[in-house]
Amino acid sequence: MKEGKMASSFTRILSSKRNVGILSLVGGSVAAGFLLHREHVTAGEPLRRRYPASAEYPDLRKHNNCMASSLTPAIYAKLCDKATPNGYTLDQAIQTGVDNPGHPFIKTVGLVAGDEESYEVFAELLDPVIKERHNGYDPRTMKHPTDLNASKIQSGVFDERYVLSSRVRTGRSIRGLSLPPACTRAERREVERVVVDALSGLKEDLTGKYYSLTLMTEQEQQQLIDDHFLFDKPVSPLLTCAGMARDWPDGRGIWHNNEKTFLIWINEEDHTRVISMEKGGNMKRVFERFCRGLKEVERLIQERGWEFMWNERLGYILTCPSNLGTGLRAGVHVKLPRLSKDPRFSKILDNLRLQKRGTGGVDTAAVGGVFDISNLDRLGQSEVQLVQTVIDGVNYLIECEKRLEKGQDIKVPAPIKQFK
Amino acid sequence: MPFGNTHNNFKLNYKVEEEFPDLSKHNNHMAKVLNKDIYAKLRDKQTPSGYTLDDVIQTGVDNPGHPFIMTVGCVAGDEESYEVFKELLDPIISDRHGGYKPTDKHKTDLNFENLKGGDDLDPNYVLSSRVRTGRSIKGYTLPPHNSRGERRAIEKLAVEALTSLDGEFKGKYYPLKSMTDAEQEQLISDHFLFDKPVSPLLTCAGMARDWPDARGIWHNDDKTFLVWVNEEDHLRVISMQKGGNMREVFRRFCVGLQKIEEIFKKHNHGFMWNEHLGYILTCPSNLGTGLRGGVHVKLPKLSTHPKFEEILTRLRLQKRGTGGVDTASVGGVFDISNADRLGSSEVDQVQLVVDGVKLMVEMEKKLEKGEAIDGMIPAQK
Repeated sequence: MKEGKMASSFTRILSSKRNVGILSLVGGSVAAGFLLHREHVTAGEPLRRRYPASAEYPDLRKHNNCMASSLTPAIYAKLCDKATPNGYTLDQAIQTGVDNPGHPFIKTVGLVAGDEESYEVFAELLDPVIKERHNGYDPRTMKHPTDLNASKIQSGVFDERYVLSSRVRTGRSIRGLSLPPACTRAERREVERVVVDALSGLKEDLTGKYYSLTLMTEQEQQQLIDDHFLFDKPVSPLLTCAGMARDWPDGRGIWHNNEKTFLIWINEEDHTRVISMEKGGNMKRVFERFCRGLKEVERLIQERGWEFMWNERLGYILTCPSNLGTGLRAGVHVKLPRLSKDPRFSKILDNLRLQKRGTGGVDTAAVGGVFDISNLDRLGQSEVQLVQTVIDGVNYLIECEKRLEKGQDIKVPAPIKQFK
Repeated sequence: MPFGNTHNNFKLNYKVEEEFPDLSKHNNHMAKVLNKDIYAKLRDKQTPSGYTLDDVIQTGVDNPGHPFIMTVGCVAGDEESYEVFKELLDPIISDRHGGYKPTDKHKTDLNFENLKGGDDLDPNYVLSSRVRTGRSIKGYTLPPHNSRGERRAIEKLAVEALTSLDGEFKGKYYPLKSMTDAEQEQLISDHFLFDKPVSPLLTCAGMARDWPDARGIWHNDDKTFLVWVNEEDHLRVISMQKGGNMREVFRRFCVGLQKIEEIFKKHNHGFMWNEHLGYILTCPSNLGTGLRGGVHVKLPKLSTHPKFEEILTRLRLQKRGTGGVDTASVGGVFDISNADRLGSSEVDQVQLVVDGVKLMVEMEKKLEKGEAIDGMIPAQK
């Protein structure tokens, strides 16, 4: 009965979300009864026991993640009966954090959003988590600036004796469709359709091709592996416990331009992950292509009646709260054999608001003195600001490396301001 | 992961074709049976606790299967799943359990005295004997679906019941989340400790959620009767001992189970059972008796005989390596157990094991002497 009206009810969902009408269903069983008039269900009244919140509250005593730090029994009791309009619940949002107690040194986030409304309906938990994860950014009082004007970038072409490659990535979610932890197969396929359709409209240096994970040939697969473009079914329990690997590989794929400098992952951890990269040190050009590509994709989806999830409190909305704001990680692979051995290295990075990773990405070790250096922050500063921070910071690190080569001393720079 | 009622309603905004899973590369029972008609018919249904069709099939969608091994590809979230999703589950049950019909009745017989023999399997060949089954507690949803509150209530009830046992069944409960290092070491040495499931067949069905909350192991002081709480089923009950006295193992199994069942009944939470499907468990493959009775037996010569597989099939037995399902045998020692679960009773199934293993040991002895065994090959049981 509802199938025939799908298109129109869809538009209604979209327009209501654009107007930021947030519904919050209170009292799960009441809502379920109201929505659930089903003559076909065999048994009578719901048998499911209703346990008090105290009986359902997770045991987080051995846990070290942002969710566990913020989820008090009181907050749990307040939110456990709520659901977003799509039916996503608190228990689902926190499941990954309950199942993955964390590491004494590495504090993971421990929860995910199932849809855009999760950030509103469960704000009482998400706001403190966001504040902790984003170094004090307060979503209740602060606004996030978005700036994709690449022409504002100063310098940004690194010394290629040190910088081997440059890369900028972010994510984008399609408003009106649930996020990877909660999306249905139909929604996921809709995301794929919308994005692939838009990408087919890209031109010139951005002209490219889509490779669906279910349909790619052996040859295409091998090429994508050789190019280091292919992403695999997630194995990290952080992702699988959140339901992001369901129905794999249905609705997943990779798009890249012919020049292999602009790449989009579809339906992995986010609706889309957008990556601009190239060998060498021309970060300015990488960022310029990044901004241009993103704006063009946005224009193309808007032509078809869609838009990205964004608001002025949280910036771009993504699955993991750690990727809110810009969702941006701009980084380089840079040779710093001497500096990396200097005991002041970590402090220098901290003050420059940079982080280091191994060249395999997060949780890998550096090889041959080559580090992946990128911005620490995501939320509270714009894309232009963060990329400038990386550029200025990496230039400083290269200067330090050069000084150490000549036997000169280096200085720890003053800490730069976090929120500009 | 199981989703709540409101989420399933939201899915109904999409057409059947848009939601129907891509099963083109799949080889499991669910994928063989599920088609768009069945999907259309069942997708708006829910059990009273809110378990839906997509919940039932998620594990089968996520695990396409293996060309040689046919997995079930679906689970039940509660007792009512087997009713509400009959149209999907009945054909799967029939496929998996040798043509079992929706109108068939299952016989339960836990009277160990009905077993003939079984106390004289040659210990030179039969190294150990074991019988296991599962039990679900009525009134609670099953591991793929239950909440933390429910799982804890199940644990509490199970521990109450088990710790009230005495005599040969006097024992102790070790909750997974608070056992000491020493206790853990001991349970590992005894081969009793179960781990968080890693098999995607189980994790994709949501059975490892909240681990290790409300999971634990109970065993008697003699270490011959063991119960797992809240692993793949509410309870997994295991009776075992070294050597070939399967009769004694089965006696203890039956007596222990009946004692436990009495206690649960007193609390108004008997075991899930009906006369069509027998004991209700999470995986449709474990319906009926849920019983796997088996031995570790040395059959180095027989196992290399060209008719070994055929003999097993005719005896209605299956072989596994000594590490359990999906492991290889080591040193010619095999785990031999009953293949059937539904449509025959506990006594029937253990009888097949006892008679079949006895025959195979005799065959082994004949082969040791260089004699032929062709005359001993049994007819199909």
